Amino acid sequence: MDLILVILVDGLIYGAWLFIVSVGLTLVFGVLGILNLAHGSLYAIGAYSTATAVGIYFAYGGDAFPLGSYAVMALAALLVAVVIAPLLERGLLRHFYHRDEVIGVLVTYGVFLILEDAIKLIWGVDPLFVYEPYDLLGMVEAGPLFYVAYDFLVIAVSAVTGFAVWYFLNRTRRGKVMLAVIHDREMSQTMGVNVDKVFLLAFGAGVFLAAFGGALTAPMISVSPGIGVNVIIVAFAVIIIGGLGSIEGAALGAVMVGISRAASVHLMPELELFIIYFVMAVVLIFRPEGIFVRTQTRKI
Amino acid sequence: MTFLSGGAAESFGVPAWNGGKLMIDMLNKGELPAPYDQKGFGGMMIEAIEIDEAGGATKQVQEFRNLVQREKVDAVLGYVSSGDCLAVPPVAEELKAFLVLYDCGTPRVFEEGSYNYVFRTAAHAAMDNISLAKYMTSRGIKVGTFAGVNQDYAWGHDSWADFVASMGVLMPDAKATTSLFPKIFAGQYGTEISAVMREKPDLLHSSLWGGDLQAFMLQASARGIHKRMQIALAAGDHVIPQLGQKMPDGIILGARGMNGLAAHAKGGELVDLLWDRYKAEYGVFPVQAPFRMWQGLLGVKAAVEKAMKANGGKKPTAEQMAAAMKGLTWEAPSGTITMALGNGHQAIQPNAIGTTKWDEAAGEMTLVDVEYYDAECVNPPNGIKAVDWIKAGFPGAKCN
Repeated sequence: MDLILVILVDGLIYGAWLFIVSVGLTLVFGVLGILNLAHGSLYAIGAYSTATAVGIYFAYGGDAFPLGSYAVMALAALLVAVVIAPLLERGLLRHFYHRDEVIGVLVTYGVFLILEDAIKLIWGVDPLFVYEPYDLLGMVEAGPLFYVAYDFLVIAVSAVTGFAVWYFLNRTRRGKVMLAVIHDREMSQTMGVNVDKVFLLAFGAGVFLAAFGGALTAPMISVSPGIGVNVIIVAFAVIIIGGLGSIEGAALGAVMVGISRAASVHLMPELELFIIYFVMAVVLIFRPEGIFVRTQTRKI
Repeated sequence: MTFLSGGAAESFGVPAWNGGKLMIDMLNKGELPAPYDQKGFGGMMIEAIEIDEAGGATKQVQEFRNLVQREKVDAVLGYVSSGDCLAVPPVAEELKAFLVLYDCGTPRVFEEGSYNYVFRTAAHAAMDNISLAKYMTSRGIKVGTFAGVNQDYAWGHDSWADFVASMGVLMPDAKATTSLFPKIFAGQYGTEISAVMREKPDLLHSSLWGGDLQAFMLQASARGIHKRMQIALAAGDHVIPQLGQKMPDGIILGARGMNGLAAHAKGGELVDLLWDRYKAEYGVFPVQAPFRMWQGLLGVKAAVEKAMKANGGKKPTAEQMAAAMKGLTWEAPSGTITMALGNGHQAIQPNAIGTTKWDEAAGEMTLVDVEYYDAECVNPPNGIKAVDWIKAGFPGAKCN
């Protein structure tokens, strides 16, 4: 019983982190139709910006109100989105919306390489640490083990973020306009929707979510060059399982991968790396487009 | 040749090259004490060309050819990656170019190959885990069960295998339980930490390095793992400047040789001079990587000057430098280095293991309970593979 509880807790913690780092990727694909390979770099920039911002916060009296560092983390991610999203979307990506999806992959791969070098130019190769927010909430006892309470905060933030994105898309007018653009770009434009604005908003949200994933991760790790590379691989696995462009799919995919991996580490550690891609392969055998993507009619 | 970018840069490449630049400058100015007080290499000024090791073995082979054939360098000193250390030596032989491997850990270079122009001035990695196991016995640490968290590539698997084999000889009653191999640069270790904490071993062994080790220690210490079991890090000294007090007290630590804090604890004219100059120049103390760079540079200096002496004071050829370096012994900040293995091409060196303790007054990490191991105590004799030597019970080991 203890083992099942531990696997569930570990799986949910890892799954929550996976969801937060992959939801932006699936959102951008869903709306813009671009598989954004630069997502990992945006995650890394979010982590670096957070490390810098929270470092400054504590250097200038943040110790008096340490919980304020959580707000600083969110603001740092927001700043990344406000600065980078218009530059990338208006300056580059909009020129490729009507081209083959492969072109989008190549373009964003180029952006990824440029951003990885830009990170080293701005922050250097020495690691940054911002562990204060990680320790702030203390430890929590769960079954036979102790966990850092911050891990449960990540679960909560992940759940709220997922709900907020779902609510926005399905229950608000702007969200429904965005869904209309996803379903039929030309028809939406004909009906008077400002598609350019929708694209910028969606890409901005995607960048914010990537940077926010980095911001939430920064206190747990050594923020150093290359941290975005591994994230993009596992994020792809998650959104392919759930179905490209599906928020619900990303959530389910993240939980499936998180719990499978946790079970593997506890029961068959030698399969840890294999299990993620095994889950993906099994899902794709039965649902080639991912769990949550409905069969679509093809326009002729 | 070292990592100036990529995952190994901040822990190994950049500190090593910082140490290299510092020592080359001091050598050219004749600022080192005897026997290294002659300027440069035998009076010849040292001119260094730096190349980034990032990019994989194929790129490094090409870079090596460029250095030898276009730049016409006299010697190449380099390589942190074991993959590069295995890929470049055949090319050095083909080009008859003098190559010194200063850092990488794989025993395979000279256990599986034989070269005339290639030398490695640092001991291979088996020593790290043999010493760690010996530390458990010499300090009387009770180990009924032990677990491992090591990276899922040759370094991690070899380290764990060497440690398990050494424990099998030195503490035969100790039982290996969980062995986890997260992928390199994983970053997230929550599940691995849970698995180890649930298992409750007496000892946790890890050869993680760089950002992986930093992340692991941040996540593990926040969950109090160090209060529930003894942690032993085979090569963990290099993360102390970054982690500071986030590295808990009581962690058993190796530095792949008598390097870093262990060398400083022992002291000596050469160590103290380089320690102070490095700290003044870069604001942090030198960890293991600059020590290995220093012993490589001093080895080349000793070989060049020996070859010049035999050559009537003239600049030696690659053949003459290779002949001089074979079986050479020289003093380095990390102790006496002897090219004792691989028919005189592979170094052995002393090792040291200690336990972390934060010095509140000085505001810095120190090593206490440091145990020093002679080179011939923790390295196999010539002609026998490290793993076979361990399994045979360390025959011929000379331990004081």
